Amino acid sequence: MTQATTALGAKEATPYVDDVIQKFVIAATFWGIVGFLVGDFIAWQLAFPALNLDLQWFSFGRVRPVHTSAVIFAFGGNVLFATSFYVVQRTTRASLFGGRALGNFVFWGYQLFIVLAASGYVLGITQGKEYAEPEWYTDLWLTVVWVCYLVVFVGTLYKRREPHIYVANWFFLAMIITIAMLHLGNNLAVPTAIFGGTWWRSYEIYAGVQDALTQWWYGHNAVGFFLTAGFLGIMYYFVPKRAERPVYSYRLSIVHFWALIFLYIWAGPHHLHYTALPDWAQTLGMTFSVMLWMPSWGGMINGLMTLSGAWDKLRTDPVIRFLVTSVAFYGMSTFEGPMMSIKAVNSLSHYTDWGIGHVHSGGLGWVAFVSFGALYCLVPMLWRRKQLYSMRLVSYHFWIATIGIVLYITSMWISGIMQGLMWRAYDNLGFLQYSFVETVAAMHPYYIIRATGGVLFLAGALIMAYNFYRTIKGDVRDEAPYEAPATATARG
Amino acid sequence: MSILKHHAKIETNVVLLMVGILLTVIIGGIVEIVPLFTITETIEKVEGVRPYSPLEQEGRNIYVREGCYVCHSQMIRPFRDEVERYGHYSLAAESMYDHPFQWGSKRIGPDLARVGGKYSNDWHVRHLNNPRDVVPESIMPTYSHLHTPLNFDDIVANMKTLRVVGVPYTADDIAHAKDDIVAQASNAASTDALLQRYPKASVGKKDKTTDQITEMDALVAYLQMLGTLVDFSTEKPDAIR
Repeated sequence: MTQATTALGAKEATPYVDDVIQKFVIAATFWGIVGFLVGDFIAWQLAFPALNLDLQWFSFGRVRPVHTSAVIFAFGGNVLFATSFYVVQRTTRASLFGGRALGNFVFWGYQLFIVLAASGYVLGITQGKEYAEPEWYTDLWLTVVWVCYLVVFVGTLYKRREPHIYVANWFFLAMIITIAMLHLGNNLAVPTAIFGGTWWRSYEIYAGVQDALTQWWYGHNAVGFFLTAGFLGIMYYFVPKRAERPVYSYRLSIVHFWALIFLYIWAGPHHLHYTALPDWAQTLGMTFSVMLWMPSWGGMINGLMTLSGAWDKLRTDPVIRFLVTSVAFYGMSTFEGPMMSIKAVNSLSHYTDWGIGHVHSGGLGWVAFVSFGALYCLVPMLWRRKQLYSMRLVSYHFWIATIGIVLYITSMWISGIMQGLMWRAYDNLGFLQYSFVETVAAMHPYYIIRATGGVLFLAGALIMAYNFYRTIKGDVRDEAPYEAPATATARG
Repeated sequence: MSILKHHAKIETNVVLLMVGILLTVIIGGIVEIVPLFTITETIEKVEGVRPYSPLEQEGRNIYVREGCYVCHSQMIRPFRDEVERYGHYSLAAESMYDHPFQWGSKRIGPDLARVGGKYSNDWHVRHLNNPRDVVPESIMPTYSHLHTPLNFDDIVANMKTLRVVGVPYTADDIAHAKDDIVAQASNAASTDALLQRYPKASVGKKDKTTDQITEMDALVAYLQMLGTLVDFSTEKPDAIR
């Protein structure tokens, strides 16, 4: 169904391609729940190893990449496709380039990539590089899909009927281009099938130290571009839209956009502090990571200050609550990241749960919350419903998920710092005080608290899925509406 | 900030915007990564580092397949506590033939960069079979499925591929690959030629549950050589740099 819609302020109707976006929204919701479920499962495995079930396909080492790929690429990726296709059409007043056909190809092609990748991990097919585990044939397939994505996006920008390209699209475009560069650069491998070996194995062309830096050039910028630039694009459309306020500063958006994408690329070596990577590269990585704090907070300020004059909406609109809290979490984790990239701090935090806590304050607090906010906006708009089934359920989701995040990140901070201190503790005779396995045993209660936080986060997502289902069905829940505060009513 | 006024040129032109983005994001990677290939001191010149024996390489494939790197690092940092706990800090040279590198990013379990020779073969087999048999507090999954026979039909193709990406296997190494696997994983065969090609390789049957060569044999052979190749009583890497 191609819907003819009258764009805001447009004289004639633009036939936006929205049914592809509907599919991406459903896929994002589905994969989000899968990713959270798998993540929570492996969290419980660390507390109770019997949950590995003595079956190779369920062992932590094989399932952990399923979790990371499902939340980053399946959930995050489908959210990015949905929002970028929605935003680029609305802000250019042009329908999707390539129409439904190319849009559908990107959709089904991307879902195939996810299934190929995840089923491979469980069966033991992996390149053995974090967040780049898919083997060469899956990588090639993703390249085809990604090029089509670029064509759709750039083609739509090219035929725009607005003179300027809106800021959200800069971020989406930077994400698409940079992810292509990183994906190609980090996955150069020679398949063994060339010499008559199996088709599902390849060897990376880089080795050792060069492979390490190439990997973290990729890995850190998968965070920087997929999970940051792309989701800043979401922020730049949905926060002003939902708050009905203009973006706080156009100048700030220009400065922080270019500074962010320039500086992010250099930050990779902070994953390799005190390793066999040469010191000059480590120092460069640390320096740029600290500098990165500034453009990151530029984005946070631009997002939060957009709420100027609309802060009362936090009380009456739980969707705005998701969006604003996500930006606050973004600010927090982009302060924590530069701090952890300082070598002295990193010597304690690296290899510990502190890193896991850090990525989840960014992943759950920023990426997932801004996604939830955007999805709650999109579902009624895409399915032509006046409102969500229930705003109260959005509020429940918000609070349950927020408590889940707090449990998650505080337990990981404590266990991470504790483990780091235990590893370096000496007794008064000058011997190492703890054996390694004593530090493992000490983690147990924190692993349980973390996994409990995960249950809450998953429960929130299930509430969201139910809310979507009822919204799409056309139901409206009989509930007390959020009343506008007195001042706002008077003003409005 | 009059310069910002010119931004209109970029944000009204898709091609300019794309080129601008590409140029901006490409610089950092070039400056940081390319010198690692050109500056020769990046990898120390030390004696002893050699390509993996065919059995070790098969074991390494299993290590990668099972995602061991998710919980175990192979990178000892130059801190007093790490050097005392794990051994000499890791050198870049020690992973120069690692396709892919397995330095890891998280220690849910201990570092394995120098686990070679620390525990007996029997300990490793029992530990992999069920970690809690030997370490009651362990949270590691069981790897009893590694008692299955090792399929090494692909070892020649694997070694030829590794040669393409830079591992200096000779034609002789590749021609003897399958014999070397059998020689390294059994107690009877002569291992002189094997040890000439791959000094310090851990020879002998590891998995006593069967006479067949198992995946367990390959993985333990790999674990038992990790970090053993450089002799730090004679090599002083600071002097070699």
